[in-house]
Amino acid sequence: MGIEVVVEGLTMSFGKQNIWQDVSLTLPAGEVSVMLGPSGTGKTVFLKSLIGLLKPQQGRVLINGVDMVNSPERDIYETRKLFGLMFQDGALFGSMTLFDNIAFPLREHTRKRESEIRRIVMERIELVGLLGAEDKLPGEISGGMRKRAGLARALVLDPQIVLCDEPDSGLDPVRTAYLSQLLIDLNARIDATMLIVTHNLDIAATVPDNMGMFFRRRLVTFGPREVLLTSDEPVVTQFLAGRREGPIGMSEEKDAALLAAEAAGSASHPAGPRDIVPQLEPSPGLPPRAAVTRRRERVLRMLDQLPPAARAAIRDTYARGAAAPTLTMPAPGSGS
Amino acid sequence: MIAGALRQTGRLFALAAEVSRAVFRRPFQFREFVEQFWFVASVTILPAALVSIPFGAVIALQVGSLTQQLGAQSFTGGASVLAVIQQASPLIVALLIAGAGGSAICADLGSRKIREELDAMEVMGVSPVQRLVVPRVLATMAVAVLLNGMVSVVGTLGGYFFNIVLQGGTPGAYLSSFSALAQLPDLYISELKALVFGFIAGIVAAYRGLNPRGGPKGVGDAVNQSVVITFMLLFFVNMVLTGIYLQIVPPKGG
Repeated sequence: MGIEVVVEGLTMSFGKQNIWQDVSLTLPAGEVSVMLGPSGTGKTVFLKSLIGLLKPQQGRVLINGVDMVNSPERDIYETRKLFGLMFQDGALFGSMTLFDNIAFPLREHTRKRESEIRRIVMERIELVGLLGAEDKLPGEISGGMRKRAGLARALVLDPQIVLCDEPDSGLDPVRTAYLSQLLIDLNARIDATMLIVTHNLDIAATVPDNMGMFFRRRLVTFGPREVLLTSDEPVVTQFLAGRREGPIGMSEEKDAALLAAEAAGSASHPAGPRDIVPQLEPSPGLPPRAAVTRRRERVLRMLDQLPPAARAAIRDTYARGAAAPTLTMPAPGSGS
Repeated sequence: MIAGALRQTGRLFALAAEVSRAVFRRPFQFREFVEQFWFVASVTILPAALVSIPFGAVIALQVGSLTQQLGAQSFTGGASVLAVIQQASPLIVALLIAGAGGSAICADLGSRKIREELDAMEVMGVSPVQRLVVPRVLATMAVAVLLNGMVSVVGTLGGYFFNIVLQGGTPGAYLSSFSALAQLPDLYISELKALVFGFIAGIVAAYRGLNPRGGPKGVGDAVNQSVVITFMLLFFVNMVLTGIYLQIVPPKGG
């Protein structure tokens, strides 16, 4: 089972520029979480702070009792072995073949024999569908393949926590759908805590158990997926609908005058009903995700603290059971 | 501005300290060390030899002409050999190590940094300093020491040849003044300088390579800066070491 990641009061600035402040959230053990947010809101910075690559000025990131911000470097290096991080463009070592790239963590951290390493690496290569490309150099393959190779390398040490930085960027919709399925299958197999940073709405709608969103230097919300999907906060609704009307502008955010002018002329854009698409299931033949039961208990326990719309959506989801077909759910505010 | 310069200096020293500590941490990256040693040696040996012949010649000619005017031709050998071994040789070595080896190291680390390879390495719990920087710094130090021996020999031979053949000096006077003025500590300080210069070249190249400023152009700038910074440090450190040496080691002729 994965490890819980607790973030408390994290604040990050580069020089005078504040990226986000006072971010607190808990990634529940073994569950899949997605962090949304417009470009440039510091999602990748957040990911790198979790793993201790960047040091926020305030706050803590607790993993197994180790604070990834302030603990001694030695402890941080030790804790990083629990992580698998998939970089935006793979971050493969350009001078090594895919096989050597994926074998790198094994050769550095274990004393396994070469035959054993070969077996594990080929298994991961098959998992991400790269069989036959293991002798190629990273420069010789496409961006999507590099991404998948990066994922294979992140998985080779059986991580307890998997972080994915924009797994969809540069992939076509079909490959993105396959990747979504791969991530869910992965969670079913190794039951790791997963955090995916993305702005892809398909991944956001189908993959996660929990969702959060960054905007205007703060964490707008984080909680069970239904909370965000039924939220009527303008930022969230604008982002999920992919509209121009709303607080998000071309360059980060709009000023008040522009917003007022927009509000005057936007009566033609009612918040139409938003569907809550059922979450992806693991592929046939795989064990069910252990996280599902845990999440159900956790979410039902906190049900009273959630907004009414989210509560209704969660009840609805669990009432339908896992095998229910796609159902549409009217969004709040549409009068139902 | 000043605070920025001080911060950079501080971080450079911090990296130097970290590398010194990491040298003793297991596992030692022997393979990487050998590869880097071979690389640095292969790009510096030939230019070093080719530079040291004319350099030895120039010093021999200049010193020879001066001593001739002073009527001290018989001391030409000792003077020019000391100049080659103590000053010219370590500096030639350092300039080549920094210019040929250090720039390549800086570019290599810098491009790995902007491709996030170094971040990936850290994420996998492997320290880039221990894995990449330590073998490179040790390689530049080892190559510097060995290369310094070669440059000293070639430079001295070059000086000897020009003094005897072109200036009509006598081999006997050259060799006897050599043994009258030169002593073993001259060779020790020469090798010590080479070792220190090799360390500086390696550390500065690694430091600039690990901290490029934004994108491929940043890597180019970093390489440029690493060479310039190394040169400035080298001449300053050379002055300090020479000053200390002349104070604490009594001259043989005196």
